[in-house]
Amino acid sequence: MHKKMAFSFPDEVLEHVFSFIQSDKDRNAVSMVCKSWYEIERWCRRKVFVGNCYAVSPRMVIRRFPEFRSIELKGKPHFADFNLVPDGWGGYVFPWIAEMAGAYPWLEEIRLKRMVVTDESLELIAKSFKNFKVLVLSSCEGFSTDGLAAIAASCKNLKELDLRDCEVDDLSAHWLSHFPETYTSLVSLNISCLGSDEASFSALERLVHRCTNLKTLRLNRAVPLDKIANILRHAPQLVEFGTGTYTADVRPDVYSDLAGVLSSCKELKSLSGFWDVIPDYLPAIYPVCSKLTSLNLSYATIQSPDLIKLVSHCPNLQRLLVLDYIEDSGLEVLASSCKDLQELRVFPSDPFGAEPNVSLTEQGLVAVSLGCPKLQSVLYFCRRMSNEALVTIARSRPNFTRFRLCIIEPKTADYLTLEPLDVGFGAIVQYCKDLRRLSLSGLLTDRVFEYIGTYAKKLEMLSVAFAGDSDLGLHHVLSGCESLRKLEIRDCPFGDKALLANAAKLETMRSLWMSSCAVSFAACKLLGQKMPRLNVEVIDERGPPDSRPENCPVDKLYIYRSIAGPRFDMPPFVWTMDEDSGLRLS
Amino acid sequence: MVFEKDLNLYATELRLGLPGSSEESIRISNKRALPDMNDDSGVAAAKKCDQETAPPTKAQVVGWPPIRSYRKNSLQTKKTEAETGGMYVKVSMDGAPYLRKIDLKVYKGYPELFKAMEDMFKFKVGKYSEREGYNGSEFVPTYEDKDGDWMLVGDVPWEMFINACKRLRIVRGSEARGLGCVV
Repeated sequence: MHKKMAFSFPDEVLEHVFSFIQSDKDRNAVSMVCKSWYEIERWCRRKVFVGNCYAVSPRMVIRRFPEFRSIELKGKPHFADFNLVPDGWGGYVFPWIAEMAGAYPWLEEIRLKRMVVTDESLELIAKSFKNFKVLVLSSCEGFSTDGLAAIAASCKNLKELDLRDCEVDDLSAHWLSHFPETYTSLVSLNISCLGSDEASFSALERLVHRCTNLKTLRLNRAVPLDKIANILRHAPQLVEFGTGTYTADVRPDVYSDLAGVLSSCKELKSLSGFWDVIPDYLPAIYPVCSKLTSLNLSYATIQSPDLIKLVSHCPNLQRLLVLDYIEDSGLEVLASSCKDLQELRVFPSDPFGAEPNVSLTEQGLVAVSLGCPKLQSVLYFCRRMSNEALVTIARSRPNFTRFRLCIIEPKTADYLTLEPLDVGFGAIVQYCKDLRRLSLSGLLTDRVFEYIGTYAKKLEMLSVAFAGDSDLGLHHVLSGCESLRKLEIRDCPFGDKALLANAAKLETMRSLWMSSCAVSFAACKLLGQKMPRLNVEVIDERGPPDSRPENCPVDKLYIYRSIAGPRFDMPPFVWTMDEDSGLRLS
Repeated sequence: MVFEKDLNLYATELRLGLPGSSEESIRISNKRALPDMNDDSGVAAAKKCDQETAPPTKAQVVGWPPIRSYRKNSLQTKKTEAETGGMYVKVSMDGAPYLRKIDLKVYKGYPELFKAMEDMFKFKVGKYSEREGYNGSEFVPTYEDKDGDWMLVGDVPWEMFINACKRLRIVRGSEARGLGCVV
């Protein structure tokens, strides 16, 4: 079928070589070399990644990759995390499960993000894939503990069940008892999102006891502190552990029990949970702190002195999530104690308060940037910022790959000079040449976008809110950012001009989200007509866009490239603009 | 560009209000549209429009600051406690026309709590004994615990009590029989 060149390898050799290539990007590159490589590669691809479940249809994926074992799908746009995407928008996984159930009885792994997963889907998974091993649901919703019971009951080879940040209908905690007594293969369990007050502790304990390969266990808030010792006693091999509520009557026996059992967990590297912490019980974790590389205290409402004490015990920390109770003083201690720190996330304890409730300012971020040479990823909520601080941060930490700054009050100026923060963010993109992800905030003019378009050549994802003056801002980004894949914008005065002038750029990106901007319905229609490989979706809960003048701005706009054409599962408030000049109503 | 002419109009129709309230905002900005304004003043007019229609306060802007709901929810429960700095529970008394609220954290033990309740409602608690409950009083203090059960105040250690108590009710002695009071 294909011409065999004198110097080409036999297929088996190529296949063997390709088996060392795991990354999706590299696999895609390999498949583009020539037709024969495309053919060989597609038969031996075992992991498929679909960044937008509407960019391609299940059938197309199955046709191209007849033998995959693992699939990762993403559904809703990122701004769905902040309630900007109305319920019912889409992202249903069922059609995918249904197609794969027929074609792939040997499917082993399903990873989903921001998708709607029903109990029906979970039941179908449980029924259809005999060797099913890994289910990771990240920020998903639509299912209940009944669906989980089906998975527990049927998937005899399940290794990983991770429900991070999901919204689960907690009908009964007894789903855990559906794991048969003969089931022992669990390696990773994350149920931290579950709410139920009544938790099946004995079933949990028995499960942990018999699954001797368990490495990751993240419990939910309902598991009381005095039950943790019993659970951990059976799992000294744990590497990652998330507590439940970390509060109890202060009792010496509970404390020593907990401290004792924690110190026997010699492999523990990651701790999380810590809801409702009372400081009296914190020293129980000191024995394991020196080995910790990851610590999630983002629910721990303890004050700076306790946080400082804790953090000073963790010299090997690489990842820290914490509330702004840590304050600038705590971040200074972090900067001097944790030289291996790579990722820091500081969340606001009082995001809707008018006045600052803690002393956390730009100084904390400066301290960590100066003190931690390996810091590359930051998410920082604060109430004031200056260009001077941002420039210092950029100069001292050019190795940032992810920089997300959220100044809580929109359009906040540099507090020292009262100027926009254009120069500060400009320094970030100029010095941090490997920056892949950036979130902007504060007072920003079109100038910051000029800097971004000029310097941010490796930027893949940009989040913008309440910024810019005109279409020029958007134009700078679309025309300058060569690596841009995802752009999400809200409440900016960007309109038709930049969008239409850069229409071709949109096909090189995964998606563009614009809400509360100035893009007219007419421009959306035009874009939909001219660009057949883009799905231009107007989301508007006010009613059909054609019931208003054409030059009226649409409420929300989601544009993504797709080879599957317009989707057919849209709710009444979503319209696709396509080649037919009329609207396609759902 | 096709929409050059229309740009001025729609620029001044820039909706800066809340999602769902846009009908009104659009009407208002229509009134301010001036046909021969260029882009810059169009945006300025829209901004002016924004001020006149009263920009939403921080708490009302949907999805801002960008925090996941599960974080917001987990903070909320903690916030009310931290804010008031106490453990406020409602106190009712049979026959009294309205309820009171007291901060359990303020008291060091049962005697102080009873004194406060006696002062508040003008009654006497009576003598407590483990075996007999409350004697020598027309009224008996009871509380609702985390499981929703009504218990006699005084049986468990103070620390355990204040962590479990959700509300207090001072009942008539005759009704408290079932809670272990001696006939």
